[in-house]
Amino acid sequence: MRIKEHPILTFPEKKKIWFTFNGQKVFGFSGDTIAAALHALGVMTLSHSLEMKRPRGFYCAIGNCASCNMIVDGIPNVRTCVVSLKEGMVVKTQTNKGDLNDI
Amino acid sequence: MIFKDLVIIGGGPAGLSAAKIAAEAGVSCLIIERDPFLGGQLIKQTHMFFGSEKQYAKTRGLDIAKILIDDCLKHQDLIEIMTSTTVVGLYKDKVITTLHDDTYNKIKAKSIIVSTGASERFFAFENNDLPGVYGAGAVQTLMNVYGVKPADKVIMVGSGNIGLIVSYQLHQAGVKVLKVIEAASNIGGYKVHASKIRRIGIPIETRKTIKRAIGKDKVEQVEIVSLDDDWNIVDNSSEIIDVDAVCISVGLIPQRNLLSMIDIKTKFIKELGGIVPIINEDHQTSDKDVYVCGDVSGVEEASSAIVEGYYTGLIAARNLGKEHQDFKTLNIDYKNQLLNLRSGPFGKKTLKGLEIMKEDANVK
Repeated sequence: MRIKEHPILTFPEKKKIWFTFNGQKVFGFSGDTIAAALHALGVMTLSHSLEMKRPRGFYCAIGNCASCNMIVDGIPNVRTCVVSLKEGMVVKTQTNKGDLNDI
Repeated sequence: MIFKDLVIIGGGPAGLSAAKIAAEAGVSCLIIERDPFLGGQLIKQTHMFFGSEKQYAKTRGLDIAKILIDDCLKHQDLIEIMTSTTVVGLYKDKVITTLHDDTYNKIKAKSIIVSTGASERFFAFENNDLPGVYGAGAVQTLMNVYGVKPADKVIMVGSGNIGLIVSYQLHQAGVKVLKVIEAASNIGGYKVHASKIRRIGIPIETRKTIKRAIGKDKVEQVEIVSLDDDWNIVDNSSEIIDVDAVCISVGLIPQRNLLSMIDIKTKFIKELGGIVPIINEDHQTSDKDVYVCGDVSGVEEASSAIVEGYYTGLIAARNLGKEHQDFKTLNIDYKNQLLNLRSGPFGKKTLKGLEIMKEDANVK
């Protein structure tokens, strides 16, 4: 969900950026990070824990904690909270440490 | 390999300020920033700062970021900026490995200023890994930088300044903050912030903590319990509340990981936020060509990070053979500004931490 009214900040309409999330075509806006765009779409689970496969969302949103690592354009362990969204990106939920065979 | 006189790792308030002064002294520098933009955590601070005019008091944090960035852009001949670039390796011969998109690069520096800031502390409770358990700074980034509403109903854990300020900003973004809970018997942050959120009807409840988050794929409820004076859970004090997010604001930890790659001497000083590099008066670490400033050398506020940045830039430039034309005046001025900033009740903690640091600071 996007903030529409704010007493201090303004959020002018920006260019739509289309990307794929787990096979589904969705969009965010220019200036979004991948994680911000997904959160605005209501997606909270970005990865799964390695052993128990428990769902993980982001925690820090500034590139420290690795909780938001996803597979982006075939590359695993991308910190989606600091990587800007680009047209046509292919984003997938990550469930392992990242495997060379997945690339 | 790229060669640079001064490389500054982290383009937040400390790093930007260091670059400005070093460039004024004639040093060519490079700022490396992991985010797509400069400004560090200032860019999400919609509130006005305290302090004095010299640290831009009564200006909103995001506007202070603009001022500091503009100051650097005035020296484009001397300050090079790399954004969306993460330092992934630091070596004792001052070689820095960076990662930008899929490309690794090596940069060799004469001196390095590490101004990597701090990261959010976490703490243990059942189901603390569920999506919806967020750092308070994280929801602030989502709302104020990206314009995304983090949740509809939240509770805030921790009543330090970050917890209080972010609660107010959540309210401004249309999020219902049910309450702020604090395990200690006193509110941690400034009274002025606490009063402000009480006025808008958000209760602050002390001697309470979160016992567990409840939910399958994301947070749906939380269990809150009361604590007695020995920090034990009070019987039958459990309260289950419906929420869709929990914000954690239980402090910050200096982000010193890079320094450990080059065996910089550190010490645990709780007053400064945890394990910090041992520095001398010139902000030099145990490697005299590696400096630190801002939260990485002790968690404080952006105002002190700015002044520490100016000071460290001034010293690093002199040690590179470029003495700033106002070196003497500025040197004294920055020291006095830091003393002033640390003269309040919160500054006492920092001063005590710095005293403890001095016991180990005979590193030259």
